[in-house]
Amino acid sequence: MHIVVCTKQTPDSEAKMSVDASGKVSWGGSPLIINPWDEYAVEEALRLREMHGGKVTVISMGPPEAVEALKHAIAMGCDEAVRIWEDACADSDTLATSYVLAKAIEKMGDVDLVLFGKSAIDSQTWQVGVAVARRLGLPALMYVIKIAALDPAQKTITVERLLEEGRQVVTAPLPAVVGTTKGINEPRYTSFMGIRKAARMAYPTWSLADIGAEVNKVGVAGSGVRWPEIFMPPAREGEAEIIKGETIEETVSLLVDRLLAEKVI
Amino acid sequence: MSNDIFVWIEQFRGQPASVSYEALGLARRLADNWGSKVTACLFGGEGVAALAQEALSHGADRVLVAEDATLAEFRIEPQIALLARAVREANPAVVLIGATFRGRELGPALAVELDTGCVADCTALELEEGHLVATRPIYAGKLLCKCVIPERRPQIFTIRVRAFPRPEPDTARSGEVIQVQPGLTEEEIAVKVTGFLEAAAGVSLAEASIIVSGGRGVGGPEGFAPIRELAEVLGAAVGASRAAVDAGWIPYEHQVGQTGKTVSPDLYIACGISGAIQHQAGMRTSKVIVAINKDPDAPIFKLAHYGIVGDLFKVVPALTAALRERMR
Repeated sequence: MHIVVCTKQTPDSEAKMSVDASGKVSWGGSPLIINPWDEYAVEEALRLREMHGGKVTVISMGPPEAVEALKHAIAMGCDEAVRIWEDACADSDTLATSYVLAKAIEKMGDVDLVLFGKSAIDSQTWQVGVAVARRLGLPALMYVIKIAALDPAQKTITVERLLEEGRQVVTAPLPAVVGTTKGINEPRYTSFMGIRKAARMAYPTWSLADIGAEVNKVGVAGSGVRWPEIFMPPAREGEAEIIKGETIEETVSLLVDRLLAEKVI
Repeated sequence: MSNDIFVWIEQFRGQPASVSYEALGLARRLADNWGSKVTACLFGGEGVAALAQEALSHGADRVLVAEDATLAEFRIEPQIALLARAVREANPAVVLIGATFRGRELGPALAVELDTGCVADCTALELEEGHLVATRPIYAGKLLCKCVIPERRPQIFTIRVRAFPRPEPDTARSGEVIQVQPGLTEEEIAVKVTGFLEAAAGVSLAEASIIVSGGRGVGGPEGFAPIRELAEVLGAAVGASRAAVDAGWIPYEHQVGQTGKTVSPDLYIACGISGAIQHQAGMRTSKVIVAINKDPDAPIFKLAHYGIVGDLFKVVPALTAALRERMR
């Protein structure tokens, strides 16, 4: 089995975000980390490799800093890592990003399963996994909370995936693209040996030419969506009105009065 | 190219998703402004045509209906085959889809199919100098981002559940209902649906107009009992903070926050939730927020509109009793 995990580097989820006068986004002193959702995809890939053998390759489209996300995945136990980048890729939307990732996966040729996290915590589009699947002509199984069965010989996979009303059980042929979600597993910590391996590894960078991608389909030229303005949401004024009566009964009664006045009950 | 608008109507076993009607209401407002038409796309299993009149009542001018066994359970392939074909034939300027699990799959899939842009999870969509400008939260709502699709068409937007008002149905509205043939046969669809495990009965978080949530202060799985009772009296959904989910007190499906669901109810009652920034990210757009917490310094009181400082095991049952009394 050759499993590919697609990852993104993001600011830490606890980062205090801000936007300066020129519209530039910053995340203070917070570290850049592997997108936390992607750790579930890495963990699931490692578990599948432990069960079925094979190798796990982690890839990311991103500037040189993105290698930190790859390092984390290697330290968790992935076998190989590839970063895909040239400056033309900057400012890609999901249409362009999915094109680059699909081209890179096509180049590898022998891929049985492609795993994604459910979405990236920074841009939060939930789009790239589905888009890559559609570009590759592969089944897209998203929001997977359980891989119920995987048969490398028969080349089939059965998963439980989340919908609003419950879990849909679906079977698809391999290769397939699976989007994981929290609840599918508990991602492992990086190990000391893994961190050493990650520090020593070479991280090859593939250019657009390396993956046979056309430059006019990446970056701004290849994107459908532009984002001219990023801004801070208006802060809520003031603090909560603390409700306090003589007794608990009076307190909750005063609250009910407020809720009736607000017309929310 | 027209200025027409397509809306994908989501349904589960004949039950329409409220967000699809919210999308129809939004489409109607834009179309009235442009003098253009709204087309509802209703693709499902046998009997789904029964929803066509509702789509008209909520703002559509015409409804494309496909009824077929291949469409009975939601799958991307047959839905996209139909939707892409219909869009290619009519060349609408805009396609609106609810940002549900299904809609978040269809939006980008359609974008790839038609080589165009899809803006995810819009919470506002305004006409500015003739261009549609979408606003969407990023970084878990810590920032907002304005997005446009300047050149490619159609412009695809998925809209957040409850971000746009649901229109009052006007049953006097009428329009064309057009039967269309499915785009794929069962043999052409790789993904097979083999089962469905229904979520435990209760109100769905995303669509709930009232949510009662419990956090670390609930103390254990049995601590959710008073939360559930309050929810029942209010017809509310039960939510939870990450602390309660990670402790194993309640399943992940109930989690509200950055790593759970994003909700926007009329009333959010946070019980024993300190209000970490990650939790706030999932519920800060709620219309009215009530916090019940022992700790007067809990950050949730900075976000909440109303607060009660006290033991949730005393306050919540008292509130439940008071509501029972008043609603009688």
